[in-house]
Amino acid sequence: MTLDVAWAIDWVRRAATAVVEHREELVELDRQIGDGDHGENLTRGFTAVVAKLDALAEPPALVGDVLRLVATTLMSTVGGASGPLYGTAFLRAAKVTGLPALGPDGVVALLEAGLEGIVARGKAVPGEKTMVDAWAPAVAAAVQAAEEGAPASEVLGSAARAAHAGALATIPLVATKGRASYLGERSAGHLDPGARSSDLLLAAAALAAGAQL
Amino acid sequence: MTREVAAVALVLVSHSRELAQGAAHVAEQMAPGVLVVPAGGTEDGLGTSFARVEEALERAADGGRSVVVLADLGSAVLTTEAVLEMADEELAARVRVADAPFVEGAVAAAVTAHGGGDLAGVLASAQQAGAVFAGSGQGPAPVDPEPAAGEPDVDGAVRGRAVLRNPLGLHARPAAVLARRLAAMDARVTINGVNGASVLELMKLGLVTGDAVEVVARGAAAGDAVALVVGEVEAGFGEV
Repeated sequence: MTLDVAWAIDWVRRAATAVVEHREELVELDRQIGDGDHGENLTRGFTAVVAKLDALAEPPALVGDVLRLVATTLMSTVGGASGPLYGTAFLRAAKVTGLPALGPDGVVALLEAGLEGIVARGKAVPGEKTMVDAWAPAVAAAVQAAEEGAPASEVLGSAARAAHAGALATIPLVATKGRASYLGERSAGHLDPGARSSDLLLAAAALAAGAQL
Repeated sequence: MTREVAAVALVLVSHSRELAQGAAHVAEQMAPGVLVVPAGGTEDGLGTSFARVEEALERAADGGRSVVVLADLGSAVLTTEAVLEMADEELAARVRVADAPFVEGAVAAAVTAHGGGDLAGVLASAQQAGAVFAGSGQGPAPVDPEPAAGEPDVDGAVRGRAVLRNPLGLHARPAAVLARRLAAMDARVTINGVNGASVLELMKLGLVTGDAVEVVARGAAAGDAVALVVGEVEAGFGEV
């Protein structure tokens, strides 16, 4: 299937649905090691994104236009750290996806730019129990799948599966970035809420592309 | 009454609307000539708002002013950086984000800006604010009592002494009055051994009514500086 503007819009709508469905889970994860507002914040942000999409007279021309709308809306409505982090990820991704549709390399470019945005803003590296622990393996898996000649939808499927595994792998980690780092050793044994929500967002992208997870 | 507005303005970004406004009030009280714009909270409560920070920055930078931003926790810093990444380059070039304690940094920065400090000076003042507390329990960072080479030696120092009369002692407002006026003078002044141009060091002395204030000044305006301090202390900073 073609990863065009319709795909991007479907991704964003599925992401919003997933965030709302998992709101309580994200709140509970964040309550354990953060300030407990991650589920609420993302719900508010993505609800606003969907309202903006609904208000459009006609769909944008380029994939990047959709991602830019997501970026600016999340940054203005989320309130917590995930706003500028995801906002920057979508903004950087928007800059490299000014195209009507994405092929395998386009998907890789989108994910790489998103990861770079999160790293630039959050200054986290893999292993610090953050969103980066979902995004970094997702990018690595996407690069490998694209090199092996997979179609765009499967590049995204590989990325989403790797993000899920990466999120689960945050459970034993001790946080050294973000609010959870104040807990030190006590942060171990909990799934990182940012890694979990990143897992949900990338799964939504893959499902919108028709990939199997 | 029209006031001259300092060339460097402050933006205070906090998770809490009340915290940003409160810190802005404290800073403004000590440096009335400085534009201090609070940007705290979101429409719904706690958190930081991209739109509010963007608006505050534009207001602070209006008319060509430079801006030092102080931010409290996590998302306040991240949101500020995201705003700067998306801002007009010409505006972003006039803005610096201080790595500084929120309230102390805002106070120190405001006093320096009020005294005519430039962007680098105001930023440095905010960032040095943390150091005042770094050695907590051991008093303020040592201040070199000897003049640097090329300046008048110890014999050239002008000294003065006065006893605090106002009920609250050397609290925030009088400390700010002394610090900003001394900063503008061509003199190096210590008060009870600390830098007289540092509002935070003066406040940390914790001088109360009846305590002695010992002034030592060096430089061209040393005599004026001592007279200023002694005069203000004896007048009770207008509070008696």
